[in-house]
Amino acid sequence: MNNLSIDRVEIAESIPEVGITLRLSDASVGDRGVIIDVRADDDGKDHGVDIEELQRRLLEFGFVEGARVEVIHEGAIGHDPIAVRLDDMRVALRRRDAGDVIILLDRP
Amino acid sequence: MSDVALSPARVALVGNPNSGKTALFNALTGSRQKVANYAGVTVERKEGTVTAASGRTIHVLDLPGTYSLRARSPDEAVTRDAVLGQLAGETPPDAIVCVADATNLRLVLRLILELKQVGRPLVLALNMFDIAQRQGLRIDLEGLARDIGAPIVTTVATRKRGIEELVAQIDATTLEAAATVAREWRAPDAGEIRDAHREAQRLMKAHVRPPERPDTLTGKVDGVLLHPVWGLAILLAILLLMFQAVFTWATPLMDLIDAGMTGLGGLVALAIPEGLVRSLIVDGIIAGVGSVLVFLPQILILFLFIIMLEDSGYMARAAFLMDKIMGGAGLHGRAFIPLLSSFACAIPGVMSTRVIDSKRDRLTTILVAPLMTCSARIPVYTLIIGAVIPAKVVGGVFSLQGLVMFGLYAAGILSALGVSFVIRRFLWRGMSEPFMMELPTYKKPDPTNVARSLLQRGQIFMSRAGRIILPLMVLVWFLSTFPYPPAGATGPAIDYSFAGTIGHFIQPLLAPIGFNWQMSVALVPGMAAREVAVAALGTVYAVGDAETNTGGLSARLAEQWSLASGLSFLAWYVFAPQCVATLGVVKRETNSWLWPTVMFVYMITLAYIAALIVYQLTVALGGG
Repeated sequence: MNNLSIDRVEIAESIPEVGITLRLSDASVGDRGVIIDVRADDDGKDHGVDIEELQRRLLEFGFVEGARVEVIHEGAIGHDPIAVRLDDMRVALRRRDAGDVIILLDRP
Repeated sequence: MSDVALSPARVALVGNPNSGKTALFNALTGSRQKVANYAGVTVERKEGTVTAASGRTIHVLDLPGTYSLRARSPDEAVTRDAVLGQLAGETPPDAIVCVADATNLRLVLRLILELKQVGRPLVLALNMFDIAQRQGLRIDLEGLARDIGAPIVTTVATRKRGIEELVAQIDATTLEAAATVAREWRAPDAGEIRDAHREAQRLMKAHVRPPERPDTLTGKVDGVLLHPVWGLAILLAILLLMFQAVFTWATPLMDLIDAGMTGLGGLVALAIPEGLVRSLIVDGIIAGVGSVLVFLPQILILFLFIIMLEDSGYMARAAFLMDKIMGGAGLHGRAFIPLLSSFACAIPGVMSTRVIDSKRDRLTTILVAPLMTCSARIPVYTLIIGAVIPAKVVGGVFSLQGLVMFGLYAAGILSALGVSFVIRRFLWRGMSEPFMMELPTYKKPDPTNVARSLLQRGQIFMSRAGRIILPLMVLVWFLSTFPYPPAGATGPAIDYSFAGTIGHFIQPLLAPIGFNWQMSVALVPGMAAREVAVAALGTVYAVGDAETNTGGLSARLAEQWSLASGLSFLAWYVFAPQCVATLGVVKRETNSWLWPTVMFVYMITLAYIAALIVYQLTVALGGG
């Protein structure tokens, strides 16, 4: 568990050039960081539910600004789905549904 | 004590999945529980009672696990409606007992905040408290209870610790706050979910100190079990073991049940004089009950594996590993379990589709489940393969008969994937719902809880299947018995019955797929359950007791059937909806006649086309 996340977000927002941000859908195993945004952007992909509902589900599962996230496993075919450590729990999801979760990678 | 103290209280258990809610329910109510369905929906309703130290009876309702009152699956909708007191036919609970995994509080705190909004009295049971202590996780119980405005009791459900205290607390809470009415509740929007998380985060920070010795075992085990190569290899090994168990360990028990029912039939036959009543009891009822009972060992072994895999936390991993493969065919990762169950019998398979949130994903799974090769097909496959496929060894090691058997299993799996692909492509376009799932910490399954779940699922199977199969067996007995053959008739009696008439009537339709009239007649009683076709073939070929004398029947079929007819019959059985019980269960589970009709029509069409192709092709190649 880690509670430094909230402060981190503030730093990242004030001086965004300090780190690398990427979509969780593009992250590889071992990537770790903090969630800085959970959007409801239409990426043109079909998620089976509308984009606002997808955002609410992500939020409900704990994909929320400030949460620590680390990609810990991925599937054999197409590196999909992925398993992430999200704060102190583990969650599995498909990459196509993870595009609206933006993470700021920890600096090595 | 006043009257209020004596009137029973009602509480509902609510919690995240994997919080040990069912274990706590078992610890609270022991064997005093009842499993049924909620009125109008096919969600299991589990209720039990416990007596408080004050002598008051407390009714405990175990609600389906959920992360939020914003329900998505039928199960979660029941939880929401029960909490809000809007569930038809249910008395609103006097208090909510929220069950939380003490080592995994973040999401449940948000659920608690949501429950608080509803306004019913709340008790928080911090379960698995021993694990939290072992990890050195420190929770300021007083502070947390003050902030959430609800009393907290720590419990270890599997060791029955804290149960008395919890009951006393429930007793006190329901007495203090009698007659509350739920406040208006509406689904939170994204902003409100964020706010709730922020509040949960604040509570965590203020009252929970992170564990000194966090669980590292789950991470290490996952390193192997979720490994792209090893993980799949282990999953495959577990499946093989499961199959081995279902098909070989169950055999002695099944033989025993079979022999027992036959013996019982024999005894009854001695006691009752020859005639209609004896025939109804022996051939209709006892044979009918036997045909359900005989599958019980397989189904219990299958359920035992599934319950252990679920309770240990592995099932979520299996769904993770299978999601991409299943997803290619438009199925949800969770459809894996129902389809797996369908290898034993489609009935528990269809029943277990309840774990799938989305209605479309669930219906797709239900529709393809009967294509998996259930164990009732095995006697039919064994008989026909033995009769028409030569016992040759090909390629040095493979038995040709074994290869055909394997081919039939593969045909079932591939057609299930194919049909679901077609359904998702043409009937319901679009992706299946998001696949998002917690991977719980690994836990050792608790033997008492496993045994209790096994018993319950066995009972549910017997009552559901029994209620459908038994009347059908009697119907099939009626069709195959009446009318009696005329005096001086030479053919087998079934030939003169309604079943015989139907068989002869449909035979011209089945001629293009190479079925003779005997095969057509056998299809009619075979509707009750696939393996009944074996007995029916025995009857039409007048071999006497075909089930104990398959050798004789097999030899007879080998003389009378061409290779083409035999293969065509096998192809038919891969697809044909030859099981009214499955159709009945689908009707129950979907609450509509539409889906069993769709299932029947598409399966019989596939069966006819497959048998037609196989027959004509084999004839063309000289196998006629």
